[in-house]
Amino acid sequence: MNNKEMRAVYCDTLIELAEADDRIMVVEADLMKANGTMRFKERFPGRAVDVGVAEANLVGVASGLSAAGKIPFAATFGCFASRRAFDQFFLSANYARLNVKLVGTDPGISAAFNGGTHMPFEDVGLMRMIPSLTIFEPADPVSLKALVKESAARYGCSYMRLHRKPIAALYREDETFSLGKGKLLADGGDVTIIAMGAIMVPEALKAKEALAEEGISAAVIDMHTVKPLDEELVLSYAKKTGAIVTAENHQTAGGLGSAVATYLATVHPTRMAMVGIHDEFGQVGTQNWLQQHYRLTSDEITAQAKGLLSK
Amino acid sequence: MSTPSLVDFAKEIRKHTLFAIGNLGVGHIGGALSIVELLALLYGKTMRIDPQNPTWEDRDLLVLSKGHAGPALYATLALKGFFPIEELQTLNHGGTNLPSHCDRTRTVGIDMTTGSLGQGLSAACGLAYGGKLDGKKVFVYAIIGDGESQEGQNWEAAMFAAHNKLDNLIAFTDYNKMQIDGTTDEIMSLGDIEAKWKAFGWHTQRCDGHDLDAMDKAIERAQAQTGQPSMIILDTVKGKGAFFCEGDVGNHNMAFTLETATRAIAELG
Repeated sequence: MNNKEMRAVYCDTLIELAEADDRIMVVEADLMKANGTMRFKERFPGRAVDVGVAEANLVGVASGLSAAGKIPFAATFGCFASRRAFDQFFLSANYARLNVKLVGTDPGISAAFNGGTHMPFEDVGLMRMIPSLTIFEPADPVSLKALVKESAARYGCSYMRLHRKPIAALYREDETFSLGKGKLLADGGDVTIIAMGAIMVPEALKAKEALAEEGISAAVIDMHTVKPLDEELVLSYAKKTGAIVTAENHQTAGGLGSAVATYLATVHPTRMAMVGIHDEFGQVGTQNWLQQHYRLTSDEITAQAKGLLSK
Repeated sequence: MSTPSLVDFAKEIRKHTLFAIGNLGVGHIGGALSIVELLALLYGKTMRIDPQNPTWEDRDLLVLSKGHAGPALYATLALKGFFPIEELQTLNHGGTNLPSHCDRTRTVGIDMTTGSLGQGLSAACGLAYGGKLDGKKVFVYAIIGDGESQEGQNWEAAMFAAHNKLDNLIAFTDYNKMQIDGTTDEIMSLGDIEAKWKAFGWHTQRCDGHDLDAMDKAIERAQAQTGQPSMIILDTVKGKGAFFCEGDVGNHNMAFTLETATRAIAELG
């Protein structure tokens, strides 16, 4: 299938939404070009706000727009959306029970040449501490479009990690999605790989193939929404396979692995391994180099799965 | 309201603020009392509001960015009939609708949640921008503190409001010249605060924040401005009208008894 630039899909989806609903707005902090929303501005000039290099104000203005009845999609790099504007998002948006759709672009190693300063390995962990917030990371253009639409339709704040670059579709165009409901991409009986995002879900599928060659049957779940976690799906596959490997482009502490482990520890303790960043800062490099360096790979998922099953 | 009745309204706001905090025994009395006249003017004359229809879409809006002055705003709203006056006695009690810092989800008549200083002006910018986009003839008012002006986000918002020509935004600085650790000049001087706002592209005025007529005229001039947001710097006295703490640097968040509050209320006449 053809690759699609995720940021272009994001912009197309917002334009489509905005054609039908004049409350939809775009708010950016001097990253309109980088985040791909210039076409929204050209189509709806008054409804695209650029606050300049001012992320606190980005989230504050978006909160005010929401209080005025708008549905603002506020975007900046994930490092700034989370670390820099956390208190604004916490209080002016979430605590105030407003309807701000915050988007953090370039999640984890996809920040690549921008390096460690711009590489959010902690944004999901920070955001998970905000009560009632919906947090999701689409793995492909099809789910991106569907989940952005659903987010717009649901009142309440959300945080989306947006991979900007071209990504191959994993799903058919008519596939349906629901925030808070993971997608079972492949069934299996020996181990379950629960993955999140445009880098790790494809790696999980590759790992499934590698495991199959060794006679191991792996289920693969695209857990696009890390909060609220699809507990029903996690529990059913914990019971079915008895072994879970999580895979995320983020710190395992605070991220998807942590969310799955915390849930299972209280209801159905399960053998687990976590693929992700293990208490390290980011650094500069190509995405491929970083992926190898931090072992965000199908090989690592495969090894962890085999390790679990040998215990 | 006429000026004499606004004077009375302010007096009632001050009394109820003193009583509610005195009844609790501790609270942000200083910065609540310094904005009493402003609140009396805004809710007694300036703002288009309807206490019977608090979520009226065409109402004027207030963002009290210095959210710790909530008790004075609660007294104002209760006196206007947004909720029963008796509710003021629940201030900061568990389960109350009147928390120390303003909460739009809890209190009828509160337009924006605030409390982490420096965030309110950005929200006011968003409200003003949204109002303009919808072609509404409403004003958004914002009150920031002088200590709060040290928060950098205010200046991000200041640039935004001027750049977007938000002439439906009228902000006030409660310049009582005090903050928790001392006077603003001792801790972090605001310098020439009028020049700062002017330099950021705001129509800037300055007047006595306890002089109803002076503030009324300043607001009228601000409303008449086109193409730029307005800042009105209010020279105020922290703890104004409370004999036991007026002008004291320690009155930001202080304990005092109901007996003291009752005496202060009696002295107000």
